Amino acid sequence: MTLVSTPHARRAAAHRPWIWLFLLPTIVLFGAYTVWPALASIWYSFLNWSGYGPERPFAGWANYQLAFSDPLFWKSIGVTLLIIVVTVPLRVLLALVLAIFLNDPRLPFARVLRTAFFVPVVATTAIIGIVMNFVLDPAGGPVNHVLGNLGIGPVDFLGDASAALWTVMGVHFWKWLGLTLMYWLAALQTIPNDVQEAARVDGASARQRFTHITLPMLAPFVAIITMLTIVETMQIFDLVQTMTGGGPFFSTLVTEVYIYQQAFETARPEYGYASAVGVLLGVLTLVVVGVAAIVSRLIGRKGAVR
Amino acid sequence: MTRSRTAGWVQFAVLAVLALAWVYPLLWIFAASLKDDASIFTDGLSLIPDQWNWQNYVDAWQTAGFARYTLNSLVVTIGSVVVVILRCATAGYVIGRYRFRGRRVVLGVLLAASFIPTGLAIIPVVRLSTELGILDSTLGLILALSAGGNVAGVLLYTGFFAQIPDELEQAAHMDGAGFLRTFFSVMLPLSGPITATVAVVTFIGTWSNFFVPLVFTFSDPDRRTLAVGMLAFQGTNSTDWTGLAAGATMSLVPVLLVFVLLQRYFVEGIAGAVKN
Repeated sequence: MTLVSTPHARRAAAHRPWIWLFLLPTIVLFGAYTVWPALASIWYSFLNWSGYGPERPFAGWANYQLAFSDPLFWKSIGVTLLIIVVTVPLRVLLALVLAIFLNDPRLPFARVLRTAFFVPVVATTAIIGIVMNFVLDPAGGPVNHVLGNLGIGPVDFLGDASAALWTVMGVHFWKWLGLTLMYWLAALQTIPNDVQEAARVDGASARQRFTHITLPMLAPFVAIITMLTIVETMQIFDLVQTMTGGGPFFSTLVTEVYIYQQAFETARPEYGYASAVGVLLGVLTLVVVGVAAIVSRLIGRKGAVR
Repeated sequence: MTRSRTAGWVQFAVLAVLALAWVYPLLWIFAASLKDDASIFTDGLSLIPDQWNWQNYVDAWQTAGFARYTLNSLVVTIGSVVVVILRCATAGYVIGRYRFRGRRVVLGVLLAASFIPTGLAIIPVVRLSTELGILDSTLGLILALSAGGNVAGVLLYTGFFAQIPDELEQAAHMDGAGFLRTFFSVMLPLSGPITATVAVVTFIGTWSNFFVPLVFTFSDPDRRTLAVGMLAFQGTNSTDWTGLAAGATMSLVPVLLVFVLLQRYFVEGIAGAVKN
């Protein structure tokens, strides 16, 4: 850290009580609402605990063994990974293409166009999910109304187990593409204008500038943008819970919804088991992010060499 | 020059069609909120209501409890913004400007904790709030939304305060300002752009949060926020679709307005995630 120079250190002694007073809100609040919950979740995952009453005997690895032999747990992991494998590459690639077009200085009304893609990102996910229930309704929804006029359907987008997951992925992609777009636009801002300008003066064509300057300079961002997009995708609770609640027939059961059901939505809540599944999801997140980091770094390096 | 300008307009036309498709679902929700119960079924994807039926808003506001939900959302969101700014600014200030024993530990814990998946925390947070007796209170909800996470906010303030020249601080000391006055009347005002970024990002995130207010209002529907209150429309056999669209519009318009007006600050906050 090069943030501090000597005068700070000298003054620090005189101001020590103030320093700790200023850190107090963070230590108390962040400690109680982030650090402790993380540790407590791990502890809970080893308890046989319903969530009610003081009885919570130590259960060892029982919750984890239960998870590994629970078909719904595996189903939920499969659904979560499928959503990541399908939507993350699409989002990262298409958002990059879109960002390059939207970053073009010749483009009129660029700000307005950008805003249009950003707006679904900030729209409340739960509300979008609830409204989509009507928009995609097979009986009276407007989408099927239009499809009906075209002589198609009706399609039961959310009620048909073979269609529901793809529908959720489509809405998820629509809603969050703009966020990945924001990441890429921020990455494009880091390319200094004078580099492009110098290349132009030297007679490089637009295409040469793109393949020899823009792409190599964006390569280092592939890894971080992919990771951010994956982590968001793992937190897909709001949309799935409001659109399908994990159904029909568990076809959209993502792990976050499964945890919620185990902890809050059943007549017999299982805090211990829900915590174990939560810890496993946390571990899976780290593994997936790690793999993605390695893969996209390899891709990035290839791009840079070329 | 003309050729490149034509290319720009062709590009614009293609992107404009795509952009329109992208905002179409939201525009349709706004339009549906003004349709009547019959035409919402027969109009399909049309954006223009036959007649402007404001009654949906009156119904949602009065009968469906949206007056209550809107007030709750405002209180909870503004409360959370205040808590987040205060705790991030104070921590960022001392971490950025002072070298003290324990500084590395505090920074290390903050950075390590930013890797924890947020969904993992909800059960212990519910337990903690029960123990403190604040599970069924607005304070409990605000703390659950604002007390954890926000590592990026602390780091934004840390970086900003670290690069303020020492002379400024010394001048304040010469004028007789102590630690507190230096912070509140010199440093905090200087950090306006950072505060704006943290405030806008927190406002949008809190307004739209669903999981935490859902779990915190199981036993008390009167404290529901807009995002959770919308659930009241769902699940019954005779769903009031126009009322639902009106409720959705009321919930979406404030957050979209904040975003469109203060977009620069939000995008800056997002950009920070990429550049770090």
